Amino acid sequence: MKRIHTHGVETYPHECCGALLGRDGDGSREVADLMPLENRRDDSPRNRFEVTPEDVRLAEKTAREKRLELIGWYHSHPDAPARPSEYDRDHAWPWYSYIIVSVQNGVPRDTTSWRLRDDRAAYDSEEIKTVAHPAGI
Amino acid sequence: MAVKVIIPTPLRAYAGKQESVEVQAATVGEALSAVTTKFSDLKKHLYSDDGRLRSFVNVYVNDEDIRYLQKDQTSVKAGDTISIVPSIAGGAQR
Repeated sequence: MKRIHTHGVETYPHECCGALLGRDGDGSREVADLMPLENRRDDSPRNRFEVTPEDVRLAEKTAREKRLELIGWYHSHPDAPARPSEYDRDHAWPWYSYIIVSVQNGVPRDTTSWRLRDDRAAYDSEEIKTVAHPAGI
Repeated sequence: MAVKVIIPTPLRAYAGKQESVEVQAATVGEALSAVTTKFSDLKKHLYSDDGRLRSFVNVYVNDEDIRYLQKDQTSVKAGDTISIVPSIAGGAQR
């Protein structure tokens, strides 16, 4: 969580983004590592982010090498709530976890996690539990 | 001819939990149509309501992006592998 916050502060007032590498369990999943990525939306980086398919493939490969799975993505909402937007929903797939951190005036505030429903109509929120981790996540 | 379509992890639940599906097709469009006919729940995650591939859905034939080939008319031959890779996009509502 600390690393996601740090990334969101570093890129403020632009959105940050990255991949969540971990393990998908029965009813819960664990983020074991992060892969910060470059926001490729240089035309509107304050309220948009994009991870290219090449970066997605790189994240999948990195996860495999670490014997982990690519279980989701994180991004920041600079000076906006940590809630998924309509734009987020239009560009999401189910199964992935989408973590959003709100960065207000350069300070990380709320952090939430969401999963898109099967029918694409809405997101369900996921509880986030932070545990001490050697990687400092 | 038989081509292999790799199903991305997030969509496997809609494709009988399979990692890949083999279909008979002469073009990429035919292959994706065959897969989404067989597994209809996949369709809404690949195509928007107007029937076009969603803007964040990218398709490769043996690592070649079909946008730089003949898009869904790109021909495929026996043994080809089709991959579906998303771009990840989003952002705050403003």
